[in-house]
Amino acid sequence: MKRLHCRNTLRFLLTGLVLSLFSTASAQEPVRIAFIDPLSGTFAAIGTSGLKQLQYAADELFNSKGGILGGRMIEIVPLDNKQSPTDTQIQFRRAVSEGLRIIFQGNSSAVANTLNSTISRHNRRNPGQEFLQINYSAVDPILTNEQCSFWHFRFDAHAVMKLNVLTDYIAMSSDIKKIYIIGQDYSFGQVVSDTSIALLREKRPDIEIVGNEFHPIGQVKDFTPYVTKIVSSDADAVITGNFGADMVSLARSIIDSGLDIPIYTFYAAYDGITATLGADGVDKIYLVHNDAGNPIPTEERLAYTRNFKRLNPNNDMTQFRITNALQMLVQAMEASQSTDPYDIALALEDMRFTNMSGEELWMRGEDHQIIQPLHISVHTDQNIVVDADNSGFGLYRDFSVAGDETVVDHSCRMRRPRR
Amino acid sequence: MLEVFVFSTLNGLVTGLLLFMLASGLTLIFSMMGVLNFAHASFYMLGAYFAYSVSLKLGFWAGLFFAPLLVGTLGALVERYALRRVHAHGHVAELVFTFGLAFLIEEAVQFFWGADTKNYRSPDLLDFPLFVLFGQEFSAYRGFMIAISVGIFLVLFYVLTRSRIGIIIQAAITHPHTVANLGHNVPLIFMVVFGVGTALAGVAGVIAGPVLTTFPGMAVVLGSIVFVIVVIGGLGSLGGAFVASLMIGLLQSYAIASNLGMSDLLNLLGLDFSRDHPLNDLWTLTLPQIAPVLPFLLLVLVLIFRPTGLAGKREE
Repeated sequence: MKRLHCRNTLRFLLTGLVLSLFSTASAQEPVRIAFIDPLSGTFAAIGTSGLKQLQYAADELFNSKGGILGGRMIEIVPLDNKQSPTDTQIQFRRAVSEGLRIIFQGNSSAVANTLNSTISRHNRRNPGQEFLQINYSAVDPILTNEQCSFWHFRFDAHAVMKLNVLTDYIAMSSDIKKIYIIGQDYSFGQVVSDTSIALLREKRPDIEIVGNEFHPIGQVKDFTPYVTKIVSSDADAVITGNFGADMVSLARSIIDSGLDIPIYTFYAAYDGITATLGADGVDKIYLVHNDAGNPIPTEERLAYTRNFKRLNPNNDMTQFRITNALQMLVQAMEASQSTDPYDIALALEDMRFTNMSGEELWMRGEDHQIIQPLHISVHTDQNIVVDADNSGFGLYRDFSVAGDETVVDHSCRMRRPRR
Repeated sequence: MLEVFVFSTLNGLVTGLLLFMLASGLTLIFSMMGVLNFAHASFYMLGAYFAYSVSLKLGFWAGLFFAPLLVGTLGALVERYALRRVHAHGHVAELVFTFGLAFLIEEAVQFFWGADTKNYRSPDLLDFPLFVLFGQEFSAYRGFMIAISVGIFLVLFYVLTRSRIGIIIQAAITHPHTVANLGHNVPLIFMVVFGVGTALAGVAGVIAGPVLTTFPGMAVVLGSIVFVIVVIGGLGSLGGAFVASLMIGLLQSYAIASNLGMSDLLNLLGLDFSRDHPLNDLWTLTLPQIAPVLPFLLLVLVLIFRPTGLAGKREE
């Protein structure tokens, strides 16, 4: 493990060195894309895993096939923001000074909001030097509603869309009468709570919300006290938007308490979570997400995932939307024959794209929100072809909703730049 | 209501005793060297990771035995070959050194074990509910955590106050030169105490890893709270640290269990604010929402009204 890591680092450094030596000399300059996400600290696992998937998508789909735009390579530039809005500002400044123009970012809606307003301001003040924000994961609805921006594109369904699907699913289970909602105390956690309550009231007025709890993000050492409350509330199900360590600890505490109820989540898989839940989580942990999971829908997708696994034995293809985003971004570059954010943005608007899983994707032009099929999967070890964390456990698709049925209205009034 | 109270008390005890295992080492090291060891929680994390690696090959119990030994040895080496040299340059240098060490350990952990959560499991032997009360299970492993923590407190207390070694250590803390003149090797004592202190943090890591999840951020999550305990308890006081640990464990647990909020306070005062009020977020704040930050509030209050802490003797 150690030696492998060393060699990778060395190779990475050498590649960087070689690239930097040649980039000035060669006419075929690489297309450089910044990746701003946590690569150290509490949420490092998700960030580094995302980076590997973006790097893999770039290498596998484009760089190994002669690059894009007639032979230009894609170069991913990782910038660590420790998932803090402050560090994000610093790294954005660095991206500016290094002449990067496209930013991939996904973790934490708080960070995405900061980046969104920073980029809007920067672009207004620096015409001709605009930035493009490719948001592959931050799901606070505000980003494609009140705060929508011409320079921001979201490649994941936002929280309300996901909750729409999730509450449909819950509404079908007639034995659920009492629901406990617990989440991290920030914008996304609040949205999950408010929206779940509103949607459930509409779809299943008989369901009682027996708890609506918030806890500080990344600060809770032990979730047992919270679980004590869940148990005494007699809840039949739990809804949570928690991610990372907050998700594992919560699920573990619920399972350890002997509580046998379904937990509906957004992010309870991969990066050690699936392995940690193991046999205890079978048929208890549900996920609403944009990936089809098992069974793998196409041969192409299976081969792509298997190859990623071969190159990164300790990681999984956790966020397939990163691949979707990069493919659509490149398609927009090819269509406009440009790497300028303004041209790319125009080409991305209303783009329709069939991804590797054979799903139809549509980037809605009015608010820059991707419309795609959504799925609810369950944590199990039955019929799992591609598992998570090398644990034998994985996600099995239980319920799917077609893209056009996931559409929700938006309140975006986009200020479009004049050129 | 009673069931919530009983279980909150048990949860608070588990957390409090775990915190004490960290705080005891930290406060010992402080009373000895006069410096807060910022890397203390990092040794706790190392304990969990070492135990995880050992448990993969030899099982949990071997991890419980070997991991603290490894962590303690590492701690002793750090004291002997790094901290002792830095000591010559004063407290600020020591402080900065331990601060840097914390970062170094976190990066090292990510380098060797990766950034994802490790599937470190509690032993199958303890995988049963110790008792079921009001339909809630209390796992045997949590009972085991309480037993280990209490055991360590008793042993530590006995060694420090009743044994010959304890008397020498206590003397070395207050009168190092006199102890050295009596023929005792004071630097060696310091090294051993540092090693034992970090080993205690290691034990805490070993037993906390399976419940609180083993991931590279675990030191940061616990680190700040341990400092709060040491300061509230009174720097250098073992008894103070014990009381403060339990206090904070229980305080957080009860705060989470309660359903009180600002709205109740406002009702009591007969005040009412509309939902459109600009400070709506403040008026709707609930106790569970702020539970994890309550210890820091307590820290501020203690520093204002009793700067020496609950049982601290140290006066500047």
